Amino acid sequence: MARKTGGNIKDLLFERTTGAFAFLVLFLAVLLFAVLLRESLPALRKFGASFFVTGTWDPVLETFGALPFIYGTVVSSFLAILIAVPLSVGAAIFINEFAPPWMKTPVSFLAELLAAIPSVIYGLWGIFVLVPVLRDVFMKPVTKYLGWVPLFKGPVYGPSMLAAGVLLSIMIVPFILSVSREVLATVPQLQKEAVLSLGGTRWEMIRIVIGQHCLPGIFGATILGLGRALGETMAVTMVIGNRPEALLSLFQPGYSMAAVIANEFTEAVGDVYLSSLVLIGLILFAMTFAVNLAAKWILSRMVARASRGI
Amino acid sequence: MKALFCLAAILVLLPLFLILFDLLIKGGKELKLTLLIDLPHPVGEPGGGIANGIVGTLVITLMTMLWSVPTAVMCGIYLAEYGKGKFASAVRFAADTMTGVPSIIMGIFGYILLVLPMKRFSAWAGAAALSMIFIPVVVRTTEEMLRTVPTTVREAALALGIARWKATLRITVRTAWPGILTGILLAMARILGETAPLLFTALGNQFWQTRLDQPMAAVPLQVFTYAISPYEDWHDKAWAGALVLITMVLVINIVARVLTREKR
Amino acid sequence: MRRISGILAGTAVALVLSLAVVTGATAADPLMINGAGATFPYPLYSKWFYEYSNANPGVRFNYQSIGSGGGIKQITAGTVNFGATDAPMTEEGMKKLPGAILHIPTALGAVVPVYNLDEVPAGLKLTSDLLAGIYLGKITRWNDPKIAELNKTVTLPNADIVVAHRSDGSGTTDIFTKYLTTVNAEWRAKVGRGPSVNWPVGIGGKGNEGVAGVVKQTPGAIGYVELAYAKQNKMKVASLRNKEGNFVSPTLEATSAAAAGMAKSMPDDFRVSLVDAPGKESWPISGLTWILVYRDQTDEARGKAIVQFLKWAIRDGQKMEAALDYAPLPKAVVEKVDLALKQISFKGKSLY
Repeated sequence: MARKTGGNIKDLLFERTTGAFAFLVLFLAVLLFAVLLRESLPALRKFGASFFVTGTWDPVLETFGALPFIYGTVVSSFLAILIAVPLSVGAAIFINEFAPPWMKTPVSFLAELLAAIPSVIYGLWGIFVLVPVLRDVFMKPVTKYLGWVPLFKGPVYGPSMLAAGVLLSIMIVPFILSVSREVLATVPQLQKEAVLSLGGTRWEMIRIVIGQHCLPGIFGATILGLGRALGETMAVTMVIGNRPEALLSLFQPGYSMAAVIANEFTEAVGDVYLSSLVLIGLILFAMTFAVNLAAKWILSRMVARASRGI
Repeated sequence: MKALFCLAAILVLLPLFLILFDLLIKGGKELKLTLLIDLPHPVGEPGGGIANGIVGTLVITLMTMLWSVPTAVMCGIYLAEYGKGKFASAVRFAADTMTGVPSIIMGIFGYILLVLPMKRFSAWAGAAALSMIFIPVVVRTTEEMLRTVPTTVREAALALGIARWKATLRITVRTAWPGILTGILLAMARILGETAPLLFTALGNQFWQTRLDQPMAAVPLQVFTYAISPYEDWHDKAWAGALVLITMVLVINIVARVLTREKR
Repeated sequence: MRRISGILAGTAVALVLSLAVVTGATAADPLMINGAGATFPYPLYSKWFYEYSNANPGVRFNYQSIGSGGGIKQITAGTVNFGATDAPMTEEGMKKLPGAILHIPTALGAVVPVYNLDEVPAGLKLTSDLLAGIYLGKITRWNDPKIAELNKTVTLPNADIVVAHRSDGSGTTDIFTKYLTTVNAEWRAKVGRGPSVNWPVGIGGKGNEGVAGVVKQTPGAIGYVELAYAKQNKMKVASLRNKEGNFVSPTLEATSAAAAGMAKSMPDDFRVSLVDAPGKESWPISGLTWILVYRDQTDEARGKAIVQFLKWAIRDGQKMEAALDYAPLPKAVVEKVDLALKQISFKGKSLY
């Protein structure tokens, strides 16, 4: 395509102008990373690698370790995945395979609504509706009879790792649901019909064809959901209990990386304190980055395979 | 078997109805005119409203969009039209990375880059933090929408002798515009509801405040503050504020959907 | 289609333009003074700033209740015009400041233990050792014999004690832990005092508001909050045994009693602690709260406005304290504070 046509200078100007904005975007991303890195250096220098495994968060002694927050973020997110994935995949199968066609659009719409609800509103609902219900209907009875199991040890406060996990699962469902539906839709109709015509039941068709074909895609959706759960701030802060300790029991309060930053940032007195919080932010950034990268790679391979007709 | 999947579908959508129901009932209870036009009262005293938060949210959001929309759209145009080399890949990667960054980190960014040097909390800093969320999302949606315009349309324009820049703007962008606008509106709905980036940038304000270099109130901040407080009156206001917020978010979402549908 | 997007674009532009006009037109709007810090005095300050702004339309004091730690941090960074704290700054902390800072005392408050037990009436008797034991995680049930023996007329439930404390840097925590450190050797050795400590047990709430919220929402919970929060939320308050051995309830009188000897021994920089004060009626966990202002102001208009407000606060403002259960400053202290206010200056000229 010839460049040297009549509006040459204007074309060049246009390309350069839009290119400048593109550069600005790139610059902002680099700046973000640079700022995080620079501000977390004091903490990195003081604590080194021990920051990741220290469980103490002591502003009085200025000893900080990220372990409880990493633990809390990871545990609450995994709990969320554990709940959300089976439900989302099941729902996706229902909508794609069993539901009448008129249901598809309204259900997509409703799932999008779920995704549009701001985090602070989930948190509000979490504090006043979810936590009391979980506490009275589930946690208290379970502690009474199964309190000897480390996972269910009391005392039961209400705000807890479990509450955070359940709330997070509700929040990531729309994402896993929509990706799962897309993945399910890539299954060739021919294969489905082949199984059915050979006498297989609907369930067997799902298990064999979809199970085999869609596993990587579902896995990719899971990782994507994980990425979102890791970074959730407001909803988690409002129901996790704000306890900087890595406790085994799901009924105990915990803390997450995003939550501690939200709670303690404005008052981190002293450079090491603030730097430790920014370092936690950097760790969170790195974790979500890695997870999202993995999800994208898996999903793009899925798309490539589908387009090749596998 | 079918029943199990059906149950999954119901469980997945149930929380939506529960939340919306609670918002309508608990929020609706407190939704009086005073809530929408009054300023907050001293803590512990009943009455008052969230008017400054509503205005603050609108001001910060519009401010964010003022510089974010042109930046993101222009960047999206660049990526769609000229986006083949290493530079373009880097930009795309940068935008993708930023979309996955937790919003609280954008708050840190705003605090360190703007609040500290300026020595004040401000609406500017809040808008800066929000733009870091808005821009990457709209860059990607803009690029995607532009790519859906068939190459035949572009080539036809060029064959007619129209300059490339004109063809891009007048024809490609215009064709893709409903989709681009949808992307912008959805991103707007998203930043309207963001709380974390504002926690230590805009900070919040008890009074009417439209100056951009001062702390500013915002509805999500008020909902958060009121929700974690012990005052029953504030809890009611939190629900009402949440109802106002979700209404704004849903209205924008629906407008965005309608636009896309009309295109078809 | 184009019409709709045209209308939308037009509306957006119109909105932005009108905002610009509003912003420009409000160039003559009130002077905005920003402060942040302690949640301890927040019920009082928020009333003060509301009333003062109504009486003086030319200024607006925007106060954000983010905790004493936040107040200290932000005034150190210079992002606010004044800070507020109930934990006096340490020598080390003050060294980091760009200039000399004044601690201006504004009110006296009480940190009180609150609890959420339906069956138990208000005024549960506790001692410093019991409180320490609960917060150390050693006393874990409400019907623990140690609590029962002090409260023989009350049936205590066989329930877990759910401990609540602050998740943010707090002057209230500083006062509370200062008390526990003073009266309990184990606490002193294991935890210590400060705006933020390494709590052995418990769940964290953000601000006095957050702790009060947690206790209200959680049956069996115990927490520590400033008296105004307990009163405003109709929470049950425990009575404590003070230095003289009497069980006292936190009242205005008890707080004032704790401050009785204070006037004579008030240091010039006003950084004094009132925990475990002597006196038959004294509430053992009382504390002063301060507003932090730089002695040398960099903004003349704002500096002057702050000084004028503080002059009002230590005299007229004191009248509003009783209604909110904060104790007013003793007369002798007020005069001393007045002298200190004269020190606040801009380029050497007093702003008094």
